[in-house]
Amino acid sequence: MSNWIDIAALGDIPQRGARVVKTSLGCVAVFRTAEDDVFALNNACPHKAGPLAEGIVHGKSVTCPLHNWVISLETGEAQGEDEGRVATYPARVENGRILLDRSFLRARAAA
Amino acid sequence: MTQKLVVIGAGMASGRVLEHLFDAGADYDVTLFNAEDRGNYNRIMLSPVLSGDKSYDDIVTHDTDWYESHGVTCRFGEHVTAIDREAKTVTGQNGTVPYDKLLIATGSAPFIIPVQGNDLPGVITYRDLDDTNAMIDAAAKGGKAVVIGGGLLGLEAAAGLAERGMEVTVLHLMGHLMERQLDESAGFLLRRDLQDKGVKVICQASTAAILGETQVEGVMLEDNTGLEADLVVMAVGIRPETRLANDAGLTVARGVEVNAQMQTSDPDIFAVGECVEFDGHLFGLVAPLYDQAKVVANSLMDEPDAFVVKELSTKLKVTGCDLFSAGDFSDGDGREDIVFRDPMRGVYRRLVVEDDVLVGAVMYGDTADSNWFFGLIRDKTAIAEMRETLIFGPAYQGGTPLDPLAAVAALPRDAEICGCNGICKGQIEDAIAAGATDLGAVRATTKASGSCGTCTGLVEQVLAVTLGDDFIMSAAASVCACTDMTHEDVRRMIKSQRLTSMPAVWQACNWTTPDGCHVCRPALNFYLLADWPLEYQDDPQSRFINERKHANIQKDGTFSVVPRMWGGITTPDELRAIADAADKYAVPTVKVTGGQRIDLLGVRGEDLPNIWSDLNDAGMVSGHAYSKGLRTVKTCVGADHCRFGTQDSTGLGIKLEKTLWGSWTPHKLKLAVSGCPRNCAEATCKDIGVVCVDSGYQISIGGAAGMDVRETELLVQVPTEEDTINVIKAVTQLYRENAKYLDRIYKWMGKVGLDWIKERIVDDLDERAALVDRFELSQSIYRKDPWAEHAAKKAASYQPLANLSLEAAE
Ligand code: SRM
Ligand SMILES: Cc1cc2nc3c(=O)[nH]c(=O)nc-3n(C[C@H](O)[C@H](O)[C@H](O)COP(=O)(O)OP(=O)(O)OC[C@H]3O[C@@H](n4cnc5c(N)ncnc54)[C@H](O)[C@@H]3O)c2cc1C
Ligand code: SF4
Ligand code: FES
Repeated sequence: MSNWIDIAALGDIPQRGARVVKTSLGCVAVFRTAEDDVFALNNACPHKAGPLAEGIVHGKSVTCPLHNWVISLETGEAQGEDEGRVATYPARVENGRILLDRSFLRARAAA
Repeated sequence: MTQKLVVIGAGMASGRVLEHLFDAGADYDVTLFNAEDRGNYNRIMLSPVLSGDKSYDDIVTHDTDWYESHGVTCRFGEHVTAIDREAKTVTGQNGTVPYDKLLIATGSAPFIIPVQGNDLPGVITYRDLDDTNAMIDAAAKGGKAVVIGGGLLGLEAAAGLAERGMEVTVLHLMGHLMERQLDESAGFLLRRDLQDKGVKVICQASTAAILGETQVEGVMLEDNTGLEADLVVMAVGIRPETRLANDAGLTVARGVEVNAQMQTSDPDIFAVGECVEFDGHLFGLVAPLYDQAKVVANSLMDEPDAFVVKELSTKLKVTGCDLFSAGDFSDGDGREDIVFRDPMRGVYRRLVVEDDVLVGAVMYGDTADSNWFFGLIRDKTAIAEMRETLIFGPAYQGGTPLDPLAAVAALPRDAEICGCNGICKGQIEDAIAAGATDLGAVRATTKASGSCGTCTGLVEQVLAVTLGDDFIMSAAASVCACTDMTHEDVRRMIKSQRLTSMPAVWQACNWTTPDGCHVCRPALNFYLLADWPLEYQDDPQSRFINERKHANIQKDGTFSVVPRMWGGITTPDELRAIADAADKYAVPTVKVTGGQRIDLLGVRGEDLPNIWSDLNDAGMVSGHAYSKGLRTVKTCVGADHCRFGTQDSTGLGIKLEKTLWGSWTPHKLKLAVSGCPRNCAEATCKDIGVVCVDSGYQISIGGAAGMDVRETELLVQVPTEEDTINVIKAVTQLYRENAKYLDRIYKWMGKVGLDWIKERIVDDLDERAALVDRFELSQSIYRKDPWAEHAAKKAASYQPLANLSLEAAE
């Protein structure tokens, strides 16, 4: 059975932007790059839990709005000197719709 | 067999000779005499030492290690007293040494005018480090200095002494300063700029006597004017130091005569530098001396070489007085002048043309194109085709773009880049090809930019053009890791190439990342919207969250909301609306800010459009407490209530805030208006402050009270509110158009100078009006409430994309 849930239209997130999806276990940030790739990450910076969805998106990275850590959207890994990783979840675009994997919710619940 | 080379004088010329000899591995055992008690240093840079910009250590060119490693016997602090050509020996104060070859490099001696009192203590010439130190010591005591002589050296001395706090007067014999290079009105510009630096200039001043008993006390002029002086600097000229050569019976005219191989009338004796005379020419600048040094070294190694006299150029090393001159200015049949002046901007250019060839150029105020003009003179380029527009410089010829890099790229290989060392673009390119890939390496291998340093930027540009992406323009200066360009270059590119979108900038300026980063994008977004208010569309995704959501993000991800209170004035209705909003959205903290308004802290992101809409309904708008833009205009109560108030400071503050609000600026912009000099609104530590006085409004700029605390400096006093508002709009626009992103006004002012700002806003009323117009044009787009706009059109984007809380519960 398909585990993908339709979340919203791609156009609901601006290019180089993000929006959050609420779950019972906190927010997931969904990012859209300039190339229309989408990524889903836990909306809490590994540094001090800054809301990554409010950061500036560049290339395949986002800069945290609180203290400028740069986080890779692909791996969730902090770049450069900084160390830390944020959880990433499967996300894709199909027919202009953003899909997230239902199993991430379970993974979150298990975490 | 190793030969003995004795060198008399460790100056700029002989230092260069020794470098060439050792670099070529010449077999000489060198003894170096110097009357000064030190080795070679960069004499040119004594002026920066005098003004305090550099120290002696910064200007040493050869240190003890260098002499040791090349086996040079140093006899510093020892005068050579005689040369015996029969015995082939040189005698110094401490004994005699034999030579196989002798090099005379004794430079020149300052000319001392033959008047009574010229030997009093406190009368100093300007030639070496000891003179410089004597001036620094004298200046430490303060008081008055008189500089006799208004040439390059005298003016540099005067500026340096003024910088050190002395009251300085320059006496100049002729009708205006630098009469050989400048006409009267350009001389006037120079004089005005010097006067702004606190240097007084008296022309047609002929010194009759220097007064004083045991120490200099004053100067008496021919017309009986008396001037007080604690220090007198004589800078009236130099003459070649030829005494030793004379005594030794060498052929001496005004200088020691040499042939093209730099050989004196005795084939074993060479001479170099300011002490020589060649083909009727004397020398007073380093460029030709360096050419001579190369020839001397080759002659000493029996390599054929010949010295030729080239055109020279000079620059005045006084900050704020940009002067360049090159070539010949004497009147003559068939010579024509082309003059351009812009007295408001303090710009003057004069070209002398003979037979369709440029033979001389003087530039004052704006010397950016000096190298291009110098190239035309040296290469005797035919200029008939561009005669009409020649004076405007290279930008107007054949569509050469204004881009600094393109202009450098277009220079031919033999275009001179470093005037002091006579280094051409081709030599720098060769050095780069041979592996010198940064400024330090180019300097070390070619000497380019190693002397007076004014060409450093050009050398870097040659590096950039030659290496392209491989050149890292001094890392600290580039905008961020996405580019090698500095903020200044990017701004210039945006204007000159009409780059009106971010991708255009990335493309034209060689960005190395696909879409920038969090450092460059906000800067570019600002530059583009400031320069192209009509063409460019503001990009929220390139703004920091505070400016994207028009609220300050807090450490827990909530936001703060600060409504505007124009000039600090509020009403009971507004306060009630704020109180209601605080209740309705369960705002945890309500605080009075340091900017005279109220902060609602801890508002949830989703609530923002709603709380804004409620505040809008009560007539309030965004306070931009989050922006690099206009923040608050603080006011005091002023003439309406206060017994000392001279003007309506509150009313003026409100007018200012209403006209400036919504504007984006390089960094935040804070204003205040105080009703009298008691200054209760703290106007003198704001970016722009107004202090009202009986006769009008004192507008001062460049204050700060954050990480740096600074007092503002007076820009101008004007009589009316209307003038005040226009001046402030104009300053704001000038700042928006020119400053680097994240420079507050005080930092920007530190770079361009208050005088530069005054010239545009106080002296030039047309420029002021044009700035006001451009500001208003931009405000026609940006003077609006972003809260109302977001609440109406973007409210949905503040909500979560989806709510899956229920999903999980399934
Ligand atoms: C709210 C307020 C403090 C208060 O409760 O009074 C405040 C709060 C902040 N200030 Fe401030 N400043 C506030 C008045 C000031 C003042 C006083 C003034 O304006 O008269 C100063 C010193 C004056 C000056 O700017 O020269 C001031 C100098 C700074 C600085 C240092 C700026 C500098 O150039 O040195 C920063 C840091 C920065 O901008 O980079 C800063 C930055 C901040 C930030 C935005 C820090 C941040 O990025 O999160 C704070 C936001 C708190 C929040 O979440 O809302 N704040 N800040 C004041 C808002 C005034 C207003 O109504 O808009
Ligand atoms: C303040 C100042 C600013 C200047 N600015 C510029 C500029 O911007 N651009 C430019 O091109 N030029 C400038 N010049 C000129 C430039 O410095 C000279 O042209 C250059 O230094 C001359 O070099 P030189 O080797 O011939 O003589 P010097 O550098 O003067 O060296 C001669 C040395 O010989 C020593 N000496 C003399 N007689 C004896 C003796 N009998 N025994 C032992 N030693 C002796 C002297 O003490 C001195 O150290 C400036 C000069 C000064 C003073
Ligand atoms: S001084 Fe300003 S920036 Fe620092 S904690 Fe207080 S409000 Fe924040
Ligand atoms: S919380 Fe993200 S950088 Fe500090």
